[in-house]
Amino acid sequence: MTTHSRPTDAPAADAPAPEAPELQLMVLDVNGERHEVITEPRRTLVDVLRHELRLTGTHVGCEHGICGACTVLVDDRPVRACLMFAAQAEGARIRTVESLSAGSCGRPDELGDLQRAFRERHALQCGFCTPGFLMLAEGFLAERPDADREQIREAVAANLCRCTGYQPIVEAIEQCAAARRAARPDARKEK
Amino acid sequence: MTRGENGARQGEGRLIGRSVPRREDPRLLTGRGRFVDDIALPGMLHAQFVRSTVAHGEITAIDLSAVRAVPGVVAAFTAEDLKAGDIIARLDRPPQEFVTTAMPVLARDRVRYVGEPVAIVVARDAYAAEDGIEAARVRYAVRPPVTSEAAALADGAPLVHAEAARNTLVDVELFATDGIDEVFAAADRVVRVEARTGRQNALPLETRGAVAHWDDREEQLVLHTCTQVPHQVRTVASRCLRLAERAVRVVVPDMGGGFGLKCVVGREEIAAAAAALRLRRPVKWIEDRKDALSASFLAREQHYDVRAAFDANGRILALDADVVCDMGAYSCYPFTAGIEPLMAAAEMPGVYTVPAYRVRGRAVATNKAPSAPYRGVSRPQYVMVMERLFERAARELDLDPVEIRRRNLITSFPYTGVNGITYDPGSYRESLDLCERTLRAEGWYDRQRTARAEGRHVGIGYACFSERTGYGSAAFAQRKMAVVPGFDLSEARMDPSGAVTVTTGTMSHGQSHETTLAQIVADELGLDLDKVRLHQGDTDRVPYGWGTFASRSVAIGGSAVRLAAGRLGDKLRALAAARWDVPVDRTALGRGEVFRRDDPDTAIGYVELAELAYLRADLLPKDIEPGLTATASFDVFNDGTFSNATHGTVVELAPDTGRVEILRYVCVEDCGVAINPQVVEGQCRGGIAQGIAGALFERVTYDAQGEPSATSFMDYKVPTAHEIPDVAIHHLQTPCAFTETGAKGAGEGGTIGAPAAVLNAVNDALRPTGVELDDTPITPETVHRALHRRHYQESTR
Repeated sequence: MTTHSRPTDAPAADAPAPEAPELQLMVLDVNGERHEVITEPRRTLVDVLRHELRLTGTHVGCEHGICGACTVLVDDRPVRACLMFAAQAEGARIRTVESLSAGSCGRPDELGDLQRAFRERHALQCGFCTPGFLMLAEGFLAERPDADREQIREAVAANLCRCTGYQPIVEAIEQCAAARRAARPDARKEK
Repeated sequence: MTRGENGARQGEGRLIGRSVPRREDPRLLTGRGRFVDDIALPGMLHAQFVRSTVAHGEITAIDLSAVRAVPGVVAAFTAEDLKAGDIIARLDRPPQEFVTTAMPVLARDRVRYVGEPVAIVVARDAYAAEDGIEAARVRYAVRPPVTSEAAALADGAPLVHAEAARNTLVDVELFATDGIDEVFAAADRVVRVEARTGRQNALPLETRGAVAHWDDREEQLVLHTCTQVPHQVRTVASRCLRLAERAVRVVVPDMGGGFGLKCVVGREEIAAAAAALRLRRPVKWIEDRKDALSASFLAREQHYDVRAAFDANGRILALDADVVCDMGAYSCYPFTAGIEPLMAAAEMPGVYTVPAYRVRGRAVATNKAPSAPYRGVSRPQYVMVMERLFERAARELDLDPVEIRRRNLITSFPYTGVNGITYDPGSYRESLDLCERTLRAEGWYDRQRTARAEGRHVGIGYACFSERTGYGSAAFAQRKMAVVPGFDLSEARMDPSGAVTVTTGTMSHGQSHETTLAQIVADELGLDLDKVRLHQGDTDRVPYGWGTFASRSVAIGGSAVRLAAGRLGDKLRALAAARWDVPVDRTALGRGEVFRRDDPDTAIGYVELAELAYLRADLLPKDIEPGLTATASFDVFNDGTFSNATHGTVVELAPDTGRVEILRYVCVEDCGVAINPQVVEGQCRGGIAQGIAGALFERVTYDAQGEPSATSFMDYKVPTAHEIPDVAIHHLQTPCAFTETGAKGAGEGGTIGAPAAVLNAVNDALRPTGVELDDTPITPETVHRALHRRHYQESTR
């Protein structure tokens, strides 16, 4: 048997000794609350939200911006919190899933309309991707309140879900959008 | 005791069969679930793994000194440092049928796949742990890798395990019906299908992970881990770490899916626990997506070479199958590398009356990440092959593809097949008829004719199948597993306030057991749903159980909770009967109270009885013990119960891109009594999405050196809402006679039927071209090549 030796991607022997990363003070506006965090500048927004601020509702599914489990709103727009450094979010308004319900105690009677629609449509099973879809939908509907089913499906295609087959998620967002439209003052006037 | 004896009062609203909103939802919708990465303990450290960069080789040197110098790194351990025992899964089969191989927690002297853990680095935070990994220096003497099932079986192939000749871990020949060769020789028609299916990742959106710490007060290792099988993890952890079983507590928090990938014991969770024991500090390991895609557990890479004999009327006469499954480098615990070939070999005849059968099933080892069960286990593959055989026979005999199925489906039950399995009643024929009627009534056959006249490629495809669920100890014993899963235990406890806590050994990871099992208990006791809580996933809190896999939870776990609740009800009735001084059989349960059958207005509420049982034990009759606790076990002593379904789908192929678009998807399913129909539909839809993913999109690929080449979602194509269609679901209901609720399992069917239905539809669409495809995934490239075959043939001539 012929064999040869191959080193792994090890640093060169003369590489300088690694230094401890610098720390940085960051001020983040999350769900209307001001947070001061001293951490490494290389930390992503999702890691700071989850591990420094202990807002663990936002999840990490892939760390490379595809699955969307980490979706939060930054200045009202859906953003992949795994692709953004926390330092880049300074000065912006950040919203996470924890902001979606009135009392935020996780009681059924405190769920917001979007959350209720997800529950009614069985748009979640394991629930891991759910906060990402909720924030995606929250941002999307704020921008496109009149979106039709196909446009909602287009938006839903931004994130991955492994349990539901997506159809109930599309239906839940459609149901929530329709209810919000029906409740709009101008919608009532038109009728 | 017989079912229904404790039954709720007549006319009382039953919860079984109703789509009650899920108990799990509020916390998950508000970000208040607790997944394993949400756990933070004081002083917690973070682990990552130095992983092999070569597919096959000897480790000649490991130098972790630079790792330990990285700021934030607290420790780094090799196999030599941790000295953990190996993970060993066995079948009780002779050596020519099964070869036992050990999977070390960390690789010692040999690596067998890219990504195999070689050392564990523990640091102050996950970033520093990653820094530490980069500083590791590992040298390998590289061996030639084995990267395909064909290469593994070739003469003179390098051996992945020295003890497994020809890289064969499992080799069984079963059911060789006498005279089968004569049947083939005399048959009017023999058709053959050779098919290969792509390697897949079950891909729960939450990767694997664990948090381990030593609890000095309890003298216990506490291992929080996202597993479908908490008690199996406890057993393996106690053996590998040489602790008593009671000194290990496995706790499972909310889980972001599993789909089988988490129903085996992972080496990383054991290594994290070993590090926590060494350091006496909490250690967290969260797998990143790259590792999840390349170095966790994979599945589904199989090769079928199958012949079927038919008579001139399209009746199947015999089936002869050779199934080879590429199981990667190691046997998974507890199922072993036999999981895929044994499932395929035992069950391949499926829903059809096959009179003669012969099969050889093999598991081969290759230098790839090991395989584990994945939703459906082999059934998506063999159903696809069976359905292709019938389609091919229909073409050759000029029969309608639905009609040929009708002529061969099992229609009288119970039916004992050539494979020795007895199928309980189902609606095989009815589901096919309803599915076809639905697509006809919706006009799809007319639309297909119109499309074909316009030169467009529209196809209709079906898949008929059943799904064995509720495998009890008897069914797993037939597989000759060295540890035999099957039963489930449950304990039902009423507290002094009259509320009930019930335990289950199953472990929900999206299947809604907190709701569905509570529905069963609430019905049994005539209690409001919000008075029932489920405990699961904690080896200190729930009696021994086998976890959630093989669609066993509602069939077996649901039966156990019903029996336990029934026995708790018996105690309540005994208390009331003693109070009234009447025989127990004069009492019944309902609306939160025990009442007298002869005088239903005479009743005692559970709250009063619970207070009596706990707070006024001095008033209890001498023959009644204080407290209100009951336990029960449930097992299945026959071949299990079979859910069934027919899937029908319509696809259109785009000639320019080779894209397959699904225009319509209809599922007619029968899982017996649906405890919560909305949950069943959710299982169907999600399963179908995963089946479509396997049919059209997902494939774990490797280069010639065994380097995985789909290590991100850029390359491993998980379908989105763009690709997954809406699914119309129709329900049939053939109750199971021997589960306590009449329910059959419903977890895997969607995944089983979808690949066959899609593949048949694609082939129907390709029919005018004369091309047939048998391999999955069907990529745009394969479709494009098929549509332009003549062009390709000419251009390459």
